[in-house]
Amino acid sequence: MNFAVIKGASYGLIQACNMVVHQGTTQTSEKRKNPDSEYLKKLPEQLRSFEETVQYPPNQAYIGNITPHELADIPRPWYENPLEDANRVGKYGEIMPEDEFIGLIKVVDVFDLVFLEKNFQESAKEKIIIHPVLKDLKGVTKLEKDGMDIEEIEKIVQREYAAEPIYYEHRLVGYVKKAHDYDQALSAHVMFENLVSKASAVYALALLFQKTDLKAQEVDYIIEASEEACGDMNQRGGGNFAKAIGEVCGCVNATGSDTRGFCAAPVHALIEAASLVQAGVYKNVVVLAGGATAKLGMNGKEHVAKKLPVLEDLLGAFAVHVSENDGINPVIRTDVIGKHKIGSGGSPQAVTQALVTEPLEKKGIKFSEIDMFAVEMQNPEITEPAGAGDVPKANYKMIAALGVKQGEFDRADIDNQVARFGMPGFAPTQGHIPSGVPVIGYARDMIMQGKINKAMIIGKGSLFLGRLTHLFDGVSFVMENNTGKVDVGTGVNKEEVRKIIAEAIRNLAGSLKT
Amino acid sequence: MDLENQQRIKDLTDKYGNQNLIVVLGGAEAEASGLAAETVSNGDPTFAGPLAGVQLGLKAYHIFEDEIKNDVAPEVYEEHISMMEMVLDVDEVIKEVKSIREQYTR
Amino acid sequence: MLLLKGKKVAILGDRDGIPGPAIEECVKSAGAEVVFSTTECFV
Repeated sequence: MNFAVIKGASYGLIQACNMVVHQGTTQTSEKRKNPDSEYLKKLPEQLRSFEETVQYPPNQAYIGNITPHELADIPRPWYENPLEDANRVGKYGEIMPEDEFIGLIKVVDVFDLVFLEKNFQESAKEKIIIHPVLKDLKGVTKLEKDGMDIEEIEKIVQREYAAEPIYYEHRLVGYVKKAHDYDQALSAHVMFENLVSKASAVYALALLFQKTDLKAQEVDYIIEASEEACGDMNQRGGGNFAKAIGEVCGCVNATGSDTRGFCAAPVHALIEAASLVQAGVYKNVVVLAGGATAKLGMNGKEHVAKKLPVLEDLLGAFAVHVSENDGINPVIRTDVIGKHKIGSGGSPQAVTQALVTEPLEKKGIKFSEIDMFAVEMQNPEITEPAGAGDVPKANYKMIAALGVKQGEFDRADIDNQVARFGMPGFAPTQGHIPSGVPVIGYARDMIMQGKINKAMIIGKGSLFLGRLTHLFDGVSFVMENNTGKVDVGTGVNKEEVRKIIAEAIRNLAGSLKT
Repeated sequence: MDLENQQRIKDLTDKYGNQNLIVVLGGAEAEASGLAAETVSNGDPTFAGPLAGVQLGLKAYHIFEDEIKNDVAPEVYEEHISMMEMVLDVDEVIKEVKSIREQYTR
Repeated sequence: MLLLKGKKVAILGDRDGIPGPAIEECVKSAGAEVVFSTTECFV
């Protein structure tokens, strides 16, 4: 059996302070209910500068400049211990400032919906045309024309529902207009969110091509795994963000589709990708996703009240390359797959059992053989002030607790086990973004260096938020060291057979002579 | 506490009264659990939702508390809840919810 | 003590703590009637 391999991963972060204020749903909901609220007044004062966000240790871990284990050694609060010589460019990816990203949104817009103030557009263009990852994207030339006067922009944005405003440094610099007169699926706000998701995923894919050997023309298939929907009123979630993203990046030999599963989607998509490659349907599949403006500043009220910086100021994005077994890269064990079944039950115990115990038990793998678990990797500095606790740690403790219940170790050992197979959370609270995937780049490196053998990647999703089911969901797989043996064919190798026969005849001839 | 949920709790209290309706919480942390307990008894302290300034006087218990745990069939508790006693800070959660309940309800 | 028996229960579950359906099973086994159950998600 030839398992597929994980050949590379890239990670992008985009600082989007103005989108926190104008598009984060905590803020837009507050504006609707209580436009004069103290919170909305205080929020802008606690936003971070780009430099602060680059130097923030969890962000450096996300783009691969420090490992999650190195992050654990940095004292908390991390926002009081910045990495002073940190770079926006990382081993696996990059951090982008908001003005470049706004320019990128116009680059990826193919329906003339995005308009920017001419001076702002010019300065964004100057940055993009020299950016090694962005300069060759399809659509960069759009930044050379259609720059508008600010007065025109103000007039259009004032018309109700006509356009979604874009701000930078607290001033209006452009808008995304509605794509249809009354179709709500093509409203200005929906188009804005979808273009942000598309643009951030484009960034991650372009980073993948820069950081790894994969070329755009080599990609056969793209699976997009965000939580947005694109379509029109007759097919509200028609989709295929994947193909739209591939188009901008020059993936001329690829098609794609979108996988939806709330936060569990990326891991579902990776299992799908591995299966497609293993079955010989495609050679090179990329699983990717962009970020969500809705979740920006989601827990902002608690951060502002407790005088923390607004830590949820980042859009997240990633891309993972799944390819044919090359005897080198870590394999995706499609025979060690966990799934939360419809009949599994909703308690944390039932969920953890379905995702961790069942697949390992089936193959006789002990918990102690899994060197690393990748769970929901939300940064605890974001979630703790909001009362949601340390999500990765709770997940790790659940896994350890299950190990106790199965008699693999003692209750007193829980903390040791957590220290052995766990690591601190470091990803932004962007839903699908922290779910298992952030650890893949690191786990791959550790496996290639021979430091670990097996890592289990787990994704979980809250399906009940869609109001169609009360069910939870999750899937998992094991990533493992490549043994180096690659199956060359399924049937009899004729050349081998000829060699064997020739040898047998030589031996017979030899024995007849004597 | 989610604003829609605040409204639902309010409507249910109008229907059943605060002596017959009990709230059971599953919060991960003491602070969030305490906030929910306060919201359904003394009103939303963040003044964000329908229960802002509305005192329903409902008693809220966390599933970990003995008053609830002892009523539950042991094998059901074992299957659904017991593992989380090894994961969450049980004592802190219980302490917070109990103190809020004793402060704001009779 | 039989606090729950015969009572109406509203459940506020937490995705990162104990979700609604798990609490539901528990209070039903204690003889209570579940009139509302939700699971909140902050991440």
